[in-house]
Amino acid sequence: MGKRDRLSGNEAVAIAMRQINPDVMPAFPITPSTEIPQYFSSFVANGQVDTEFIPVESEHSAMSAAIGAEAAGARTLTATSSCGMALMWEELYVAASNRLPIAMALVNRALSGPININCDHSDSMGARDAGWIQIYAENNQEAYDNFIQAYPIAENAKVRLPIMICQDGFITSHAVENIELLDDGDVRAFVGDYNPQHYLLNKQETMAVGPYAVSSYYMEAKKQHANAMAEVKQVALDVAKEFAKISGREYGLFEEYRLDDADFALVIIGSAAGTAKDAVDALREKGVKAGLLKIRLFRPFPAEEIAQALAHVKAVAIMDRAESLSSQGGPLGAEVMAALYRARSQALAVNYIYGLGGRDVRVDQIEDVFGQLEKDAAAGQIADAYRYLGLRA
Amino acid sequence: MGYNFKDTMNKPERLAGGHRMCAGCGGTIAARNVLRGLHEGDRAVIGNATGCMEVSTFMYPYTAWEDSYIHNAFENAGATLSGVETAYRVLKKRGKIDDTYKFITFGGDGGTYDIGLQSLSGAMERNHDMVYVCYDNGAYMNTGIQRSSATPMYANTTTTPVGSESNGKPQNRKDLAAIIAEHDVPYVAQTTFWKNFKDLHVKSEKAIYTEGAAFLNIMAPCPRGWQYPTADIMEICRLGVETNYWPLFEVEHGKWTLNYEPKKKLPIEDFLVKQGRFKHLFKKENEYLIEAFQKEVDRRWDDLVYRCSR
Repeated sequence: MGKRDRLSGNEAVAIAMRQINPDVMPAFPITPSTEIPQYFSSFVANGQVDTEFIPVESEHSAMSAAIGAEAAGARTLTATSSCGMALMWEELYVAASNRLPIAMALVNRALSGPININCDHSDSMGARDAGWIQIYAENNQEAYDNFIQAYPIAENAKVRLPIMICQDGFITSHAVENIELLDDGDVRAFVGDYNPQHYLLNKQETMAVGPYAVSSYYMEAKKQHANAMAEVKQVALDVAKEFAKISGREYGLFEEYRLDDADFALVIIGSAAGTAKDAVDALREKGVKAGLLKIRLFRPFPAEEIAQALAHVKAVAIMDRAESLSSQGGPLGAEVMAALYRARSQALAVNYIYGLGGRDVRVDQIEDVFGQLEKDAAAGQIADAYRYLGLRA
Repeated sequence: MGYNFKDTMNKPERLAGGHRMCAGCGGTIAARNVLRGLHEGDRAVIGNATGCMEVSTFMYPYTAWEDSYIHNAFENAGATLSGVETAYRVLKKRGKIDDTYKFITFGGDGGTYDIGLQSLSGAMERNHDMVYVCYDNGAYMNTGIQRSSATPMYANTTTTPVGSESNGKPQNRKDLAAIIAEHDVPYVAQTTFWKNFKDLHVKSEKAIYTEGAAFLNIMAPCPRGWQYPTADIMEICRLGVETNYWPLFEVEHGKWTLNYEPKKKLPIEDFLVKQGRFKHLFKKENEYLIEAFQKEVDRRWDDLVYRCSR
C-alpha cells in the first residue's frame, strides 16, 4: 500500500527516481531543478540506489553522456530546466532520432532573456518539435505519478523515444503538498528491468550509432520517428490503465473537468489548472456552464480527442504559458485551433498568454476570462483572438 | 609491456578499408594504428566527433568500424564516451555484462582543441577510463580548411587567407597536450607517424591500458590542407619531429618524459618548405616571419625540456 507524505515536487520526482533505481544519471544543476540531482546524489552517497551519477560540466554534456549511456544499454535519466535544456537543444534531437528512451525531469522555467528563474513553459514548448514525448503535471502527485509511468511508455517496443516529464518550476517543484507514494517494490515491478534489443555493449553483435545519412535515407528516418510518435497515445493510455491498478489513480491524454455540459471551456497546461478549477467551481455556483480541459500529453498532440471533447462548447479560451512571438499567439493556441478547424468545429476560440516568467495567475482573473468568453459568444465573434492576461496596468 | 613490431602489424584491422577518407589521409593512419594498441580478444566501443572521419566511415547504411561505434555530435565526443564508459561500469557491477571493453574516441583538432574542449576537459577531469585521441591536422579540414586553435602561425587557411594585408594566421597554436596534462590525468602523450610507428603503437597501448583518462595528441597531416603530395606524409612527419616542431613526449602520472631528442635539430624551414600553406613565407621580404617561427619553436622546445627535467 502507498504511503502518505508531504513533499515538494522536486523531492517527489527524486523519490520516483530512487524507486526506479536507474543505471546512469548525468546531470548539471540549474534552478529550479537543482534539488533533483542533489536528492539523487544523497541516495547514491547513502547506498539507497546503485546508480552511477555523472557530475558533468554542463547540460550539453549531460544529454551527450545520457545518449552515450542509453546507447550503451543503460537505463538513463537526467533533470534540467530552462537554459539548461536550451543548451541541450542539439542533443535533444540526437537522442530522439537515435530512438533512445531517456527520461528527463523537466522543471519548467522561463528562457532568458531577461533572465528569470520562475515558471513558464517556454523551455519545453520551444523543444516541442524535437521528437520527445512530453507529459505535464498539475501538482506534485501528478509529477511523481507521471515519472513512474515514463519508462513503460518510452521503452515500449513500438515507441522507443525519449520522454520529458514536466512540472511547473517553484509552483510545484518547491511547494510542499500532501502526496501518496507507492511502495518501492510496486514501482520496481511496474517499471521492470530494461532489456534493450540493440546496444553498444551487446556481446552478441557490434552496433554503430549516429550515422551520416544522406538525402537517400534521412527522410525515411524521420517518417519512422513520426510513426513511433503516433503509437504513443495508445501506449500512454495502456500504461495509465496498469498504473491505476497499483495506485488507484487514473490518467488519460488529458483531464476533463466539468466539461461534459460546459458552454465555455478553458484549455490549459500545468499548475494553473488548479487555479482554473477553482474559478470553474465558483462560476458553476453562479450558474455559468464553465468547464476545463487540462492537457497531460502534449507530444504527441491528441488533436482529435481534444476537438471531440470540445465539440459541444460555444467558446473556448486556450491558455498559453509561453509566447511563440508569431504575432498570432502561443503554441498551444495554434495547435488547439488547428485541431478545432480540422474537426470543423464551430466553437469560437481565443488564445491567452499568461503567467510568463512566474507572473501569478489568480482565480478572479480566470473568472474574467470566462466572463469575456460569454460576451464573445453573445456577440457571435472574437474580435481579438490573441490576448494577454495579467499584464501590469 | 614488451613491444613486438611484427605481432603488432599482424593484428587484424579494426577500421576496414572501403571508407571514403582521402588517399593519404593522416587521420585514418592514426585511427588504424591506435587500434593496434588493443589486445586481441578485448572489445572496444569507438567514439567519434563529427568531422571527416565520421562522415567518411559511417555513411548509412555502411560502417567501416569492426567494433561498436558511436558518433553523437561535433563538440561532445568526450561527454558521449564518458556516458558509454559509465554504462559499462554500472552494467558490469549489476552483472549484466561480463566482457572486457575499452573506450577510445577520435576527434579532429576542431572537435578537440576548439568546440569540444569543454566536453573533453570534463571527461578528463572526471577521469573516465577512456582514451581521447586527437588526430591533429591543424585546421577544420572537413568544412574546407578553416583555421583552428591548432593551426600553426602564418599558415594559409580559408579563414586566414594570405593577402596584401595578411601573412596567414596571426596567432600561435594552442598547446593542448600540456593543457590536458595539467588536468592531472594518468596518461598524456604526443606522437606522430615516426619511423616504424613504434612510438605511436606503444603510446596507444599505454593509453588504452592505463586505468583512468588518457589523451593522445597525434600530428596527422592532411595533404589537402597542408598542400603537399600525398606520398610525402612520412617525410613531413619526420621533419616535424627533427625540427622540434612536433616533439614526441609523454606525461605519466605527472612525470614528463621526452621520448626523442634530435642529435642535430633541423631548421624550421625544412618542415615549412614542403607545405604549400607556408609558401608565402619563402618570399624574400618574409624572412623575418620564418625567424619568428623558429624563435617560437625554440621557446616551446626549451619549455618542454624544462618540464621533462623536473
